[in-house]
Amino acid sequence: MDYIDPHIHMVSRTTDDYERLARCGCRAVSEPAFWSGFNRASAEGFRDYFLQLTEFEPTRARRYGIRHYCWLCINPKQAEDPGLAREVMALIPEYLDRPNVLGIGEIGLNRNSKNELVVLEEQIALALRHDQLILVHTPHLEDKLKGTKLILDALDDQGVRPERALIDHVEEHTVQMVLERGYWAGMTLYPDTKCTPQRAVDILEVHGTERLCLNSAGDWGPSDPLAVPKAMQEMRRREHPVERLRQVFYANPHAFLSQSPRFRA
Amino acid sequence: MNVVDESSRSGQVGFVNVVDEYFLEHRGKLIDLAAFLDRVDRAGQADDRRIQALRGALQLLLEPGPERARRILELLSDPTSEPVDEARGSATGAP
Ligand SMILES: [Zn+2]
Repeated sequence: MDYIDPHIHMVSRTTDDYERLARCGCRAVSEPAFWSGFNRASAEGFRDYFLQLTEFEPTRARRYGIRHYCWLCINPKQAEDPGLAREVMALIPEYLDRPNVLGIGEIGLNRNSKNELVVLEEQIALALRHDQLILVHTPHLEDKLKGTKLILDALDDQGVRPERALIDHVEEHTVQMVLERGYWAGMTLYPDTKCTPQRAVDILEVHGTERLCLNSAGDWGPSDPLAVPKAMQEMRRREHPVERLRQVFYANPHAFLSQSPRFRA
Repeated sequence: MNVVDESSRSGQVGFVNVVDEYFLEHRGKLIDLAAFLDRVDRAGQADDRRIQALRGALQLLLEPGPERARRILELLSDPTSEPVDEARGSATGAP
């Protein structure tokens, strides 16, 4: 079955992974800018990264029939340095017209610090100024609940239309507040942290399928680029009808991402 | 729960017997957890803040009622609401 992975970091993955994704039915990926496991030393390092996301990755993906889209930002972890963050933010507008750029992301919080919040607010303003969609990273582990609340308040305060933002890495304790406030929610399937395929399907059964997406967030750490088809298998194992699978794994991400005129899948 | 989609709930069980399907896997996870706590004891780390948090979560598991996963995640969350002065280190999994 065709599917879309709306959050995966292909810069950290091999070309073999593109091939495996294609064989499992992946038709499009969207890749948010993130912390690549080390601090980029200067804004010029981010310029290289934005070129990789807008030129090299779409070319690599195309060979396997996968459309590659991306999101640009300074990641929340390096947002602790507002000076660097502002230099990077100043670069972003010149890349927003690239054919595979969908919006600003993944912005958000890492440890819920004051600097992170200031940079988040400035990146939300940047997105609004340029009429861009927003993809949000919520913090890890014990920081997630508090961080998700702070992020939703920051988005609401600036009048972001909730249907234009996807709040990622939701779990059982954050999914409801995200959906109730009208935002899209993403569940990330990770082996140890975030959601397992079984828990993600539980969440779909409890909260319904509207405005919920699943992603692998495959990256340089413990993660699985094929996590989304594994969750599909879990839904099949529970005998969910095929129309529901199509909605969750294709129609939902398609509906959110299609709000950008650049997205086609 | 006001965001429930009844159509998806009705498809929840289908022809699947949840206990038949998942029991052995979760029995295994429980024994893994028990063996981990034994290992922690042997290492003399039972007082670690994270292990104490796990013990609290285990108490919660025994309480009746729905949404155990949500309640355990809340218990393992930072209960404060103001941003911190400085981002230091990484999250550890317990407040
Ligand atoms: Zn990510």
